[in-house]
Amino acid sequence: MSITIDKAPAKLHDLTQDPRYIGHSPERPSARRLVQGQGCYVDDIELPRMTHVVFWRSPVAHCRITGINAEFAKRMPGVVLVADGPMLAKICKPWVATLGHLAGMKSAPQYPLAIERACWQGEPVVAIVAETRAQAEDAMAYLQVSWELLPAAVDMETALHPDTPVIHPELGDNLCFTRSLDSGGVDEAFARADHVVSTTFEFGRHTGVTLEPRCQIADWRSAEQRLTVYHSQQAPHMMQDLYARQFSIAESAVRVICKDVGGSFGIKVHAYPDDFATVALSMMLGRPVKFVADRLESFTSDIHARHHLVKARIAVRNDGEILAFEMDDLTGIGPFSMFPRTSAIEGNQVVNLVGGPYKHQHYRAKLDVVFQNKTPTCQYRGVGHPVACAITEGLVDMAARAINMDPMEIRLRNVIPDDAYPCSGISGVKFEGLSHQACLAKLEELMDYKALRAEQAALREKGIYRGIGIAALIELTNPSAAFYGVGGARIASQDGATARFDPNGGITVLVSVGEQGQGTEAIYTQIAADAVGVDMAQVRVVTGDTEVTPYGGGTWASRGAGIGGEAVLLAGEALRANILKVAAVILKRDAQDLDIHRGDVIDIASRDVLTPLTEIGRVAYFRSDTLPNDFTPELQVTRHYAQRDFPFIFTNGVQASYVEVDPDTGFVKLLKHWAVEDCGRVINPQLVNEQIRGAIVQGIGGAMLEECLYDSQGLMLNANMADYLVPMCAEMPDIEVAHIETPTKSSKLGAKGAGEAGTAGAPAAVMNAINDALHPLNAQVTSQPFTPEKILTALGRV
Amino acid sequence: MAELQTIRLHVNGHVHTCSVPPRLHLVDMLRDELGLKGSHLGCEHGVCGACTVEVDGRAVRGCLTLAVQADGKQVRTVEGLADFPDARALQESFIKHNALQCGFCTPGMLLAARELIQHKPDATREEVREWMSGNYCRCTGYHAIVDAVCEVLAQRHQESAA
Repeated sequence: MSITIDKAPAKLHDLTQDPRYIGHSPERPSARRLVQGQGCYVDDIELPRMTHVVFWRSPVAHCRITGINAEFAKRMPGVVLVADGPMLAKICKPWVATLGHLAGMKSAPQYPLAIERACWQGEPVVAIVAETRAQAEDAMAYLQVSWELLPAAVDMETALHPDTPVIHPELGDNLCFTRSLDSGGVDEAFARADHVVSTTFEFGRHTGVTLEPRCQIADWRSAEQRLTVYHSQQAPHMMQDLYARQFSIAESAVRVICKDVGGSFGIKVHAYPDDFATVALSMMLGRPVKFVADRLESFTSDIHARHHLVKARIAVRNDGEILAFEMDDLTGIGPFSMFPRTSAIEGNQVVNLVGGPYKHQHYRAKLDVVFQNKTPTCQYRGVGHPVACAITEGLVDMAARAINMDPMEIRLRNVIPDDAYPCSGISGVKFEGLSHQACLAKLEELMDYKALRAEQAALREKGIYRGIGIAALIELTNPSAAFYGVGGARIASQDGATARFDPNGGITVLVSVGEQGQGTEAIYTQIAADAVGVDMAQVRVVTGDTEVTPYGGGTWASRGAGIGGEAVLLAGEALRANILKVAAVILKRDAQDLDIHRGDVIDIASRDVLTPLTEIGRVAYFRSDTLPNDFTPELQVTRHYAQRDFPFIFTNGVQASYVEVDPDTGFVKLLKHWAVEDCGRVINPQLVNEQIRGAIVQGIGGAMLEECLYDSQGLMLNANMADYLVPMCAEMPDIEVAHIETPTKSSKLGAKGAGEAGTAGAPAAVMNAINDALHPLNAQVTSQPFTPEKILTALGRV
Repeated sequence: MAELQTIRLHVNGHVHTCSVPPRLHLVDMLRDELGLKGSHLGCEHGVCGACTVEVDGRAVRGCLTLAVQADGKQVRTVEGLADFPDARALQESFIKHNALQCGFCTPGMLLAARELIQHKPDATREEVREWMSGNYCRCTGYHAIVDAVCEVLAQRHQESAA
């Protein structure tokens, strides 16, 4: 185990003979292109004969469509097609999003465009396709849709009440999924506790707000019967499979291309009704159709996430020992479970993750996932982790307060010790190797905890209310097929990399995991360069094209580095071995006596340069006549990797937040944030730090600002960028990041995921800091986002 | 449909004469008429700043400015930034600090940052955060962007001192 801060070099064992890039922070290859404005996002692509689609979306939460009069709209300039649900249903099958391993889960069939009735404000109902986007929007004003308001099931709290309308009568009720977990002995543990602290946590419904909205171009070529979709998406092979199946065409007839993606965060890993509608329209027209969501429709058609209402309690002894957690979680997911990952995963994760860092032996949880007439929810960065972490860490702080123990101390006493692994958590999750103790120790040093406490106390004397909040967390990364595959979803858990040695000595690497800004392609470049033994400048990484790359799962559940990176490492090593075989034949030497060093073949013993790789390329590709008849160079290799040792490879970390609360206004100033993170081997410290920082700010967004506000009729009140608040530069703190490295043994690379842990821990850390500041004023807040109004209400001042 | 208006403007130093509908926004004209796809549309209602471009030396929202308002003006987009040493320094600093992830906000960020270093050369870190708050980034959490801008401010101080 070693500790690195920022750009300190990796101190783990070297993976390759000449490690120049893994563990360091070289320049990201795509950055130079993006700062010059030379990216290529979907909306930048223009195809010949391309048309543009806009959607008429339900203006209310629940309505019956009684008539669609498109006569006038069709006569508007440039309009080429107006289509409704029944027309599209003739070529696109409906879907029902459930998973086999979520026992008893149910949902209803969903279509590309609503048929007969619309079930949420924002559900697409009618498509208008025109030569230009402006013409399509102009025509929309002349589309006449008549509808009757239907009673809506708006609030998740009343979704299961007998007098609430059942959204899908064929399902019998509004219950999508329910789960109970009981480790046993919970009542006894609470009975023997010195203190039991109970509270209710609420998490606001919010959404991802990718700066580039969801968008795609569908291009159906009728002559070839082939579909190409340019998509801003995280999982191109998943979409290829879904398009093939829903439209009953061969998988090989579908090509999905993902170029630059302007932020994804889980928003772009789902299959949306308008995705299928756009493809269907292209098939009907035989022309390319572009769909780019405008920001207003993004707010009601992108998935939402995280609205949970949780009653929870903790049992603790006076000596600080945590005996048990118990929680009852209710979450509302909209009228349909989202395709194909389902909307029950988030709640399921909360059940699995509550109490995760700790060694208590008793845990009971109940989960109800209910339907309602609001925008569907699904997996958004962190997926259940921010909820579970806030429940856990909120309760731990309350327990510490009840027994008058320092929040750092109670965590040090209760975390699963670093020498206890491998082991299982009480919810049943399996841990390979975590480092809670090392992370807490590192955090204490990083933030100078004692000095900060002294500063806080001194300022409190002067009437300044500052608070320190700590949040330990676990995060599941590198998933096996246990996540989706076992449940019947055709979402690959494995990924592949093809490494090709090019005639000029360069390496081209085709990888099934793509890039959405994390720097995925950069780390693959680093890994391939070190694995083969060439300069990074000699490596070209290609991703995001189902017709070109190996088959794989793509970007989700923090798997790009750990799974895609391992495939690249294995492919690079195999290619290196094959290059050496060719070199051995050319040089008439034994391959074992040769090595590749910085673009040259060398003698492994003397380190003398024997020949440059360009010469190997020249002979292998252009002078095969000089090679023995029984020898053929194999200078392209493919390797795959799936993590199979554990259901998930868990990571851990701890964050701290320092805030100042103004009791007169309820405003919170975020002064500083710290994170100590253990994602195993750090491939690129700068990129990991930036993943952590960005994710922390997204977590802070949900904790402090972001919420999809609805009225009692199920209409979203703030569905625009001005009223829906996201973090801005001035409001956010500086964030210090440090690392502990506990590599996973499930791969040679040893990397775990780092993309979501920041979001997992930030809300809990900020909540605990605010409540630490409010404690002398006998106030506490547990409902996110922590608006000034909620803080003033807690203080009894409004 | 209203009559087309003919406008003449400089974009990144080149003269363009375009016939545009009066309702056409500047950013749509740059993207769709001139093929300058570097300015992005993030919200189309003036909040996110992804469409920020420079008109006669000031950063403006390309989605709130009509193309006809740029008639006779000097327009600068991200595609033309590398012509200027201060903008090149920002681009290099953004790369060095990884002050961009998906890159969608980056053109607007660079334009906003360039206006900052020109108008507030003595800005503190806090003032940089305040100034850059007109541009949303969902990826970075802003820390690296602030680092990148502050480093260019510091470099320029060193250069002027020398």
